Amino acid sequence: MTIYLPIAELSVNILIILGMGAAVGFLSGMFGVGGGFLITPLLMFYNIPPVVAVATGANQVVASSISGAITHFRRGTIDIKLGTVLLCGGLAGATVGVWLFSLLRRLGQLDLVISLLYVVLLGTVGGLMLWESIAAMRKAAKNQATTLRRPGQHNWVHGLPLKVRFKKSKIYLSVIPVIGLGFCIGILTSVMGVGGGFIMVPAMIYLLRIPTNVVVGTSLFQIIFVSAYTVIVQASTNYTVDIVLAFVLMIAGVIGAQYGVRVGQKLRGEQLRALLALLVLAVGIRLAIELVIPPKDIYSVVSAGFGF
Amino acid sequence: MIRFARTALVLFAFALAAPADAALQDENADLTEKLEIGISSDEIAITSDFRGADLTIFGAVDGFDQGLLAQGRYNIIVTLEGPKDNATVRKKERVFGIWVNTSSMTFELVPESYSLSSTRDIETIAPPGEMGNMGIGVDHMRLVPLGFVGDGSNLGEFRNAFRRIRETSGVYERDPGGVQFISASLFKASVRLPANVPNGVHVVRAYLFRDGVFVAAKALPLRVVKTGLEQFITQAAHQQPLFYGLVAVLLAVVTGWGASLIFRKE
Repeated sequence: MTIYLPIAELSVNILIILGMGAAVGFLSGMFGVGGGFLITPLLMFYNIPPVVAVATGANQVVASSISGAITHFRRGTIDIKLGTVLLCGGLAGATVGVWLFSLLRRLGQLDLVISLLYVVLLGTVGGLMLWESIAAMRKAAKNQATTLRRPGQHNWVHGLPLKVRFKKSKIYLSVIPVIGLGFCIGILTSVMGVGGGFIMVPAMIYLLRIPTNVVVGTSLFQIIFVSAYTVIVQASTNYTVDIVLAFVLMIAGVIGAQYGVRVGQKLRGEQLRALLALLVLAVGIRLAIELVIPPKDIYSVVSAGFGF
Repeated sequence: MIRFARTALVLFAFALAAPADAALQDENADLTEKLEIGISSDEIAITSDFRGADLTIFGAVDGFDQGLLAQGRYNIIVTLEGPKDNATVRKKERVFGIWVNTSSMTFELVPESYSLSSTRDIETIAPPGEMGNMGIGVDHMRLVPLGFVGDGSNLGEFRNAFRRIRETSGVYERDPGGVQFISASLFKASVRLPANVPNGVHVVRAYLFRDGVFVAAKALPLRVVKTGLEQFITQAAHQQPLFYGLVAVLLAVVTGWGASLIFRKE
């Protein structure tokens, strides 16, 4: 069963797109990540032009994070105040990112920079998370306390000024690192076409020491707005948002996300983190291999209309 | 305007053919073949289930020589050329262990798709020089680099890479048996529009060769257009981009919200 994508200008098998959307939606609901770091490479692998994949992936992320965020909102696991502060940084970062995106595209090195960023970020984040969660699981096995927040153990982040009390998260924290984190992830959103949850979640846990249960909902909350902003910017500058492709992905994605959230609730925090770490590492390794092994064809052709 | 330019091109092709005819004048004074082609529709509509299309082109050779025809010395080539755009070929090299695009070359206005059908392998129809002059066939297509290319020593490798990639991806095709004579002077040719066909004006061209010498050509435009919803979406995306973006986001909001409402009941 094929469907024609008016913006990507090609026919695709609707079942494959539905499958991709459902699988990515499930994982995004489970881990509280937007799924952009999975959907964008998957679409490109399925011959969707990269610029369309990046913009349309962001649109799908909006739907799946809304669906996930509403579920978290009902459970009371979103810190709106913290999310709003993150969002301020995120929108500023996304604006800078759009500018950076077009600069790299002109230089013809956008795909290399994207791959390198993915490998470095996914590798670091995945490795650190895996290490930490395995240590936590070992402790749990020995019946020791597994609190992530060790009272009295503060890092440099907690010495910064402009402190604000975030009631829901039960933390008293400076807004500077929160805005800074939002800003950095905003840049990544426009350059890499990801929501940034896979970096946001661990950074909030390990750097800002925010409780894991609030982290997932709050990151989804801010991803909604940053990716919605990215979609509008991409649509008005590059005309690359394929609404048909996005809609098919969304339908499958939101359904998958609902089941993902349920499975995620059943797993323990450290198990969830270990699984997310493995997933992040797997994507990172896959991309690293692509950079290192000799390509099937050292030449590639891009037409003026599409491509990096 | 485009139609006018095309007519001019056809006239030009006839003009090119004239000297070749002149050379043969003393043998056969009244031998001036004419080529006519027709397609059932000058418009192909892309619908939501578009999977590529086969296009049959009918044609007739007028004023042919019975003897030459019987000996199979007339050959016909039919091409379907997609809209033209610049295309960049990039080459990767290993730098500090990773593969990086290090050099590139942009070819000026090359067809996005190209399907060729002929009575037999085009290399045996006319000498490569003649095919090269006329730019018929993937191997003879004009690939003019844009901008500065240095000493041009790597021109050949980039051209070959371009042809190879376009052929393996299926947008450039050739069928050396796709043109068949159905009667003495009537022929039919089939060319293919790939599934990822570019929109715009495509051109069907037919070339007639007699004994390896180009005699006549004919060209017809073929518009490939999106219809209905597809057309509406494309127009909206380009003419009302901000509104389109907002609608895309709204659609995502409604979908996400709707799903969580439906699943709440369970």
